[in-house]
Amino acid sequence: MTDRTTGTKSVDQAAVRSRRLRTALAALGMLPVLVLLAAGFQFINPRFLTGTNLLIVTQQSSINIVLAAGMTFVILTGGIDLSVGSILAASAMVAVLVSLVPDWGLLGVPAAILVGLGFGLINGLLVAYIRLPPFIVTLGSLTAVRGVARLLGQDTTVFNSDLPFDFIGNGSVLGIPWLVIIALSVVVLSWLVLKRTVLGTWIYAVGGNAEAARLTGIKVPLVLLFVYGVSGLLAGLGGAMSAARLYAANGLQLGQSYELDAIAAVILGGTSFVGGVGSIWGTLIGGLIIAVLSNGLILAGVSDIWQYIIKGLVIIVAVALDRYRLQAGART
Amino acid sequence: MSAAVQMQTTRQPVLEMRHISKTFGAIRALQDVSLSVHAGELHALMGENGAGKSTLMKVLSGAYRPDPGGEILIDGAPAATGDPIKARAAGIAVIYQELSLAPNLTVAQNIFLGNEPRRFGVVDRDQCNRRAAEIVDRLGVAFSARALVSSLSLGERQLVEIARALSTNARIIVMDEPTTSLTSRETDRLFEVIATLKAQGIAIIYISHRMEEVYQLADRVSVLRDSGYVGTLERADLNASRLVSMMVGRDLSAFYKKDHRPPDEKRAVALSVRGMSDAHLLKNCSFDLHHGEVLALAGLVGSGRTELARLIFGADKRSAGTMELDGKAVTIGSPREALDAGIAYLTEDRKELGLFLDMSISDNISMGVLARDARAGGFRDFTAADRRAAKAIADLSIRTGSAQANAGSLSGGNQQKVLLARLLETEPKVVILDEPTRGVDVGAKSEIYRLIDNLANKGIAILMISSELPEVIGVADRVLVMRDGAIAGEVTASEGKPLRQEAIMELATGASQR
Repeated sequence: MTDRTTGTKSVDQAAVRSRRLRTALAALGMLPVLVLLAAGFQFINPRFLTGTNLLIVTQQSSINIVLAAGMTFVILTGGIDLSVGSILAASAMVAVLVSLVPDWGLLGVPAAILVGLGFGLINGLLVAYIRLPPFIVTLGSLTAVRGVARLLGQDTTVFNSDLPFDFIGNGSVLGIPWLVIIALSVVVLSWLVLKRTVLGTWIYAVGGNAEAARLTGIKVPLVLLFVYGVSGLLAGLGGAMSAARLYAANGLQLGQSYELDAIAAVILGGTSFVGGVGSIWGTLIGGLIIAVLSNGLILAGVSDIWQYIIKGLVIIVAVALDRYRLQAGART
Repeated sequence: MSAAVQMQTTRQPVLEMRHISKTFGAIRALQDVSLSVHAGELHALMGENGAGKSTLMKVLSGAYRPDPGGEILIDGAPAATGDPIKARAAGIAVIYQELSLAPNLTVAQNIFLGNEPRRFGVVDRDQCNRRAAEIVDRLGVAFSARALVSSLSLGERQLVEIARALSTNARIIVMDEPTTSLTSRETDRLFEVIATLKAQGIAIIYISHRMEEVYQLADRVSVLRDSGYVGTLERADLNASRLVSMMVGRDLSAFYKKDHRPPDEKRAVALSVRGMSDAHLLKNCSFDLHHGEVLALAGLVGSGRTELARLIFGADKRSAGTMELDGKAVTIGSPREALDAGIAYLTEDRKELGLFLDMSISDNISMGVLARDARAGGFRDFTAADRRAAKAIADLSIRTGSAQANAGSLSGGNQQKVLLARLLETEPKVVILDEPTRGVDVGAKSEIYRLIDNLANKGIAILMISSELPEVIGVADRVLVMRDGAIAGEVTASEGKPLRQEAIMELATGASQR
């Protein structure tokens, strides 16, 4: 009996250890790809791994990482949000327009976030309560919200050279840009929600098996409303960040195809497209890979056209490798 | 048949598996198992869930490669291992428990999926339909080869799976619990088909937990336990107690447990259901369920038992009907409301509707009470979850290395215990169990029966749906029988007269009316 207990215990500990190792490996997932890419670009152009350039890379990736964090919530439930680029544009318009109001200009940031949240909740209501497919709902809002963004500025670019919250886009604390601080905070907060709260566990449960979640008493529509709300809210934050960086916003061009980069970051990060499996750290690494690719290819002097082709291929190859690795590791 | 059996002894086996071992990392799933099967023989393979039957069959079908030293001989010649395509070409077909059909295609298309008859390079639809019709006729079933699979019942889909194996001219057919979801009529047809197949010299490896089937069908029975080979019994030596003790390594004298007393008339009604109906099948179902009672809901597959259970639990919409819980009227519109009122439901389809296979056992067990356990601000209380999981693993003897392992890594019986644990964590007053022992091994079955008995003794009201009559008789105090969406009647035990299987079957089939 004693033998058996100790035996079980050591098996238990070994299992926990191997599980921790596996979780760590799964979370790291694409980190080797990121390191390899960085090393490769450094080899081609020694300017790549300099402090200034790395700051530029992280800064450039920050808005996409914020969008991708929201996208992670949605994809974890097995959904998709194609409207984040358009929501970002509309929110940026609102941010700049509000910033022009004398004395109340700082309210541009919360206004942008609220606008994003509003659009996200509309997506969520349609998906959760009218039960329309997420792809169709957000494809519709991709177009409709883009129209709203153009309407907001009568289809012109709006400027504010004296933006009261421009520090967000161009300032830094102790040498770290605000954009990067915001992006990292969003990632850490997302991790807290996903891994440490009841709601986070429900999100994984809904993505893993929506019908089982319902029969377990989880209010599935509320969970869905939440994830689309988060995605919209973070797209709104992205809009404020974008406006703060540019001192301007344009309803037609801003945020075009940003949703694709956000989805690519999530998928590169190892989150399952059918939901239920994935992590926010993976998304962070995925977002960094995309930024490193863009920046590194420019430094390497690759033409714009070839950048597209190479980026696309890297995404496909990286995910294919990841699938292969997971299958080899899977037992049953 | 006896002539065939005699012939076998002189001929060489059509299939021999020798010294098969399989390890996954540190876990040994199979240890030195050997098995031989003759043409025209039905060789039953028994053992608890997790004993290694499925792993052995996955080695046979080429899904797994055995560890070095193991070999598979077909007609005495070594065959390739670890290659599903070559295994199929060698005449091995496996019918899995989990149905693998495409619901939006026709029966014929499913039968020939990936193996379509071609003419001039395109699928020959006429030939496809004609040959499928022949095979379907051979099975003697009621549906057409042109029917969509989505329109078939679970039982009928199983027959399509068997038809698909027949279409590839398999010589060795593995059937993994083929009757689990079949009605008794479909089961009889399957047995007729099995007899035909045997007469044609096809070898059948038949995995089952049902003793009666094995008695009826098997020429030989091999037993696995704890990843190892225990022994083989010839038909003449078959003996229930010997088989059971081979399987579990212990005596199962008290297999069914019914220690709680049948409710006397004074016992309070826990749940009172009146006039339950839905838009499709259910018609005016009414009954009372008492505290401390096990009430079985019997009937054929498709008679509306699961539908009624889901209606009570609020999982589907009702068109009419009222319920009272402990004498108070309740309206239940969703599973959440049912759980809050104290009604819990165990699904019959644990993989599709029950488990979160990619999540930990601990999360699976606590999933229904996360909000109750939560700390301020909605944060998870992982200590509470671990405590609940540790207690459930001990109480229900769930066999796992760790509470943090994925639910998907467990065997069927242990997955079922995880679902039962989740249900019990909600501290229900009324428990609805839908086929609680489906696809579960003998040992886990008796543990589940003991659990049901304990719950009833605590005064919990239990409604149990079951297709296994011995289970209904053994566990229930009272039996409601459903037919065509309505409650056809009630069977009760009276003084000195136990529940009778025949009475239940008469009501279920409508035979008593004729």
